[in-house]
Amino acid sequence: MHIQVDNVSKTIQGKPILRDVSFTIESGQSLALIGPNGSGKSTLLRAIAGLLPIERGAVTIDGERVDKLSPRKLAQRLGFVTQEAGTTDAIQVMEAVKLGRTPWLSFAAPFGHRDQQIVEKAMREMAISDDGHKFFNALSGGEKQRVHIARVLSQTPEVFLLDEPTNHLDIRHQIAIIDWIKHQDATVVLALHDLNHAFACDRVAVLDGGTLAAFGSPEEVLVASVIEPIFQVALHRNSAEHIGHPVLTFAKSKVA
Amino acid sequence: MTTKTLGGLSPVVSLTIGVATMVAALGFALVVGETRIPLDVIWNVLRFEFGFMAPKVNPIDHGILWSYRLPRAIVAMACGMSLALSGVVLQALLRNPLSDPYILGLSAGASTGAVAVAILGFGAGALTLSGGAFIGAMLAFGFVAWLARLARGNSGTATSSLALLLAGVAGAQLFHALTALIIAKSADANQARGIMFWMMGNLSGSRWPDVYLAVPIALAGAGVIFAHFRALDAMTFGREAAQTMGIRTGLVMAVLLSVTALLTAVMVSLTGAIGFVGLVVPHAMRFLVGVRHVRLIPATALAGGIFLILADIGARVLIPGQTLPIGVVTALVGAPTFAVILVRSSRAHSG
Repeated sequence: MHIQVDNVSKTIQGKPILRDVSFTIESGQSLALIGPNGSGKSTLLRAIAGLLPIERGAVTIDGERVDKLSPRKLAQRLGFVTQEAGTTDAIQVMEAVKLGRTPWLSFAAPFGHRDQQIVEKAMREMAISDDGHKFFNALSGGEKQRVHIARVLSQTPEVFLLDEPTNHLDIRHQIAIIDWIKHQDATVVLALHDLNHAFACDRVAVLDGGTLAAFGSPEEVLVASVIEPIFQVALHRNSAEHIGHPVLTFAKSKVA
Repeated sequence: MTTKTLGGLSPVVSLTIGVATMVAALGFALVVGETRIPLDVIWNVLRFEFGFMAPKVNPIDHGILWSYRLPRAIVAMACGMSLALSGVVLQALLRNPLSDPYILGLSAGASTGAVAVAILGFGAGALTLSGGAFIGAMLAFGFVAWLARLARGNSGTATSSLALLLAGVAGAQLFHALTALIIAKSADANQARGIMFWMMGNLSGSRWPDVYLAVPIALAGAGVIFAHFRALDAMTFGREAAQTMGIRTGLVMAVLLSVTALLTAVMVSLTGAIGFVGLVVPHAMRFLVGVRHVRLIPATALAGGIFLILADIGARVLIPGQTLPIGVVTALVGAPTFAVILVRSSRAHSG
């Protein structure tokens, strides 16, 4: 699905969080949102997810405004892995993943065999097939994150939004998630802190104080002239042919 | 660790067990009491009342059974069902395992509303006891929600959970005090049902007209709540997550919180404020059938009814020659349960 963000602005308690942000992502592409803390990454994701009323501009997926679609129709097309969604309920992993089928079910269409297959496939993809009967609250942070991704996977959306999905994950699972994003057929937008992960995406958007400071391919955007002034660090690109993209290393900025 | 739940049983079997237990509890309520009435007399009264040929029984026994014990047990059933379901809804929507209409001050607000109508003549005759109780319950909930929001500020979910409970305590105390004030101030206090009734509940006055109000409201409320089982499930990971799963959370909250206030208000206007039912029953049922609302709602409805029928029997017979407020019995069971949930949920937060 094709996502268009058109002049989106949002003010929260008098403070502008997003200012005239515009870009387009083609169907099947992946976009990494990067930027310092407080630059508006999460707010932009929530605006795309239709969770946040915006003052100006519009977000459309395949030409339809997200704030005009019914919540159910929107949820069938768009899935959102938010940060650290917790619960006090003693819910088991498979039950949690099954919740992802909610937008597809009704009294006329109860949970059936096909739904179960989708849920099991999602659990296999996130390598949690053997954990179905474990309690969610007994899992580690990384395992919880994989349950949430599996839940959103079983929602079978065509657009995935992920807010810092590699947080709390150990290296092996970080690589697994990034690799999964790379091979997704769906359109993916994710907020990232680890700039090296952005090389896995087709496009990178850099937010700075709520404005779109740069937008382009990772090769174009992840360079010293763009990153250094915004993140206030010194950037060095190291060639690492065995992984297929440069590895960025950072140091304290030389200019204070 | 995995717990074995009754989820393994087929829905038909579990429901049959539940309904059979409820009928047995109703039967038990007919048998137990200060006046010993033999089983064959009870059997004959039931046969007679349901239109079968039956030998005449002593009219006093007949009156005790048909006009006193049975309507009382049925009102207890409807009340238990309503309060327990209100607990399920509040716990799911407010994401707080300690929520219940009594703890959040809804029951206290309903008492104040009912007393305002009954004693102060609030509404000038246009408002029924239940209507006044509904307004009171909504006011109390609004007050508690507002206070919790103020107290929470911008801090995290753990404090917001605490803020809600403390706001509930404040709200309940405030409305209990208003109720006591109105009753104490009224010249007519002797005619009014006493302060104890409105704070601890009592089913002594329950007759058939109460049944005709309580049962339809309880069943209708249960129906609306059950129709929202998927929305309640989707709230597991919070309101925003539910929204991303296509739930109109604002609408669902408005509908279900109103239903909860209505259920609580009607039951309080009939029986007074009975505590802890909405807390004890849903938690026991989660242990038994799991957290998914498609099973939890019917289980809680049945168990809530059974629990309050039995609690009322307890209220009638625990002290010979005297009827305890039923809230004393539910609190004796509920307060320790509250403590257990409190300890377990604080562990879940820190873990």
